[in-house]
Amino acid sequence: MSIRERLSGNEAVAFAMKQINPDVMGAFPITPSTEIPQYFASYVANGEVDTEYVPVESEHSSMSVCIGAQAAGARSVTATSSCGLALMFEMLYVAASSRLPITLALVNRALSGPININNDHSDSMGARDSGWIQIYAETNQEVYDNFIQAMPIGENPEVRLPVMVCQDGFITSHAVENIELLEDEKVKKFVGEYNPENYLLKKENPLAVGPYDISPYYMEHKKQQAEAMKKAKKVILKVSDEFEKISGRKYGLFEEYYMEDADLALVIIGSSAGTAKAAVDNLRKQGKKVGLVKIRVFRPFPMEELAQALKNTKAVAVMDKAESFSSCGGPLFAETRSSLYDVENRPKVINYVYGLGGRDITVSHFEFIYDQLNEIAFTGNTGQIYRHIGQREKDGDTNEL
Amino acid sequence: MRKNNIVEIRWHGRGGQGAKTACLLLADVAFQSGKYVQGFPEYGPERMGAPITAYNRISEERCNIHSNIYGPDYVVVVDETLLSSVDVTSGLKEDGAVIINSEKEPGELRHLLGGYNGKIYTVDARKISEETLGRNFPNTPMLAAMVRVSNIIESEKFLEDMEKSFHHKFAGKPQVIEGNMKALRKSMEEVNAG
Repeated sequence: MSIRERLSGNEAVAFAMKQINPDVMGAFPITPSTEIPQYFASYVANGEVDTEYVPVESEHSSMSVCIGAQAAGARSVTATSSCGLALMFEMLYVAASSRLPITLALVNRALSGPININNDHSDSMGARDSGWIQIYAETNQEVYDNFIQAMPIGENPEVRLPVMVCQDGFITSHAVENIELLEDEKVKKFVGEYNPENYLLKKENPLAVGPYDISPYYMEHKKQQAEAMKKAKKVILKVSDEFEKISGRKYGLFEEYYMEDADLALVIIGSSAGTAKAAVDNLRKQGKKVGLVKIRVFRPFPMEELAQALKNTKAVAVMDKAESFSSCGGPLFAETRSSLYDVENRPKVINYVYGLGGRDITVSHFEFIYDQLNEIAFTGNTGQIYRHIGQREKDGDTNEL
Repeated sequence: MRKNNIVEIRWHGRGGQGAKTACLLLADVAFQSGKYVQGFPEYGPERMGAPITAYNRISEERCNIHSNIYGPDYVVVVDETLLSSVDVTSGLKEDGAVIINSEKEPGELRHLLGGYNGKIYTVDARKISEETLGRNFPNTPMLAAMVRVSNIIESEKFLEDMEKSFHHKFAGKPQVIEGNMKALRKSMEEVNAG
């Protein structure tokens, strides 16, 4: 029997960490992720976990602590947001290329500037090429469930990659909602022990971690890393299946909502998918064939699977909560449109950048977007492909709905 | 409460008055009575005395929506002085209600509510708090008035759950529990429909 509770997203992650009882936590505060190391510190102080809690002077150091610990053979975790992730940037690459399955709780926040503490995905999207697996959540429930699945995925010998478990800053991290928790024993059994094949403190097999890699070897290592990321997809699905057995909750690489017969679809990541679902519900009641795909796993990107899910649609809007300044669309748009290239009768695809720096997006915004898609499907004319929604314009015009 | 019906509540207060705490407490007691809840403040660079907003959604089934609330069923104003600077009744449903912390009669405040035609309730949360707790903690009486007016939770059940929650929250200083319970009861009795 699961435990009925109400927790914020940050409480949920800290609670998952407590149930897992990792060996080491590298801890440094930054809004809105601060509560995670804060709650966890109380578990350490109360003796509820025996984790080595290492408070450091920066995020560069908190990730370095995790790298050192994980290389030594210990399971390590940390949490951060925004500029904290940016300060870890170099170490993210070191962790991934050293094949150290660290788990990072990322509470998504806009990455400066101007400085802003609210939610968007610019921090994690900026780190999308760092070699980390990225799993996103819509709700407190999903971030809890994803965190429990992170270690069995990352530590799998076929994978051996670090995992970023992302949730939306404030929107889920600080909102209290109902949640079903699993019993401690179930979580511990599911996550198991970390038993790496090789590690620094294994005296039978001395090794070096992170040495200089000369050109005759470097590319082979990068290719292996790329292969590991490809294999991660299968492992993520296997772990999801096992998780369903203990929780009753089903996860995939993405979630399809009313996609079976959808003509018009959204592709979206994170908490706003819930708001978009409410728009789908409203429009379905009016008989409109609308649906959405909520991306759970962004790295590795589910290219073939997404193409399958969208192949019968007529028009698709890809929602990016990050501006990539490519001048032609956001990161999710680029991946999604690329996924559709090989589809024979591919749908028309447009991109909306939304929700930057905590800008709210509402059910009516999504209804408006479906309306735009309907027009595109009807006329066959895509119009402007790269769009923004929710911002004021300089002529005083606003597309706030 | 009707099934599938989401009740949306918006709180207006000033940093330091406990509007956020009241919002989270409401989520807590609604959860205790078996509901699905959301309790979330709007975050920004807050400081003491600056206007803040917090939100609740309470429903029989899980609510997926993760936006702020623009068409609330109820609005709670923890600080009367906000009425001149914040459009507190913005989007408020006409068949809903606004509950204001004020010693005035509801009718005396209508002209400050920008043409809002729905119900207005007042409760003197400051006086109640000072009488029962010896200090101005307006959030506890405002929470009680909110529950009384909205009937989201049955009054007796609410008081029972709050008592439990106070025993937990004030485990280290049980002497304040009685005062808090008095504040809740008094507020439920004194809330004024004009």
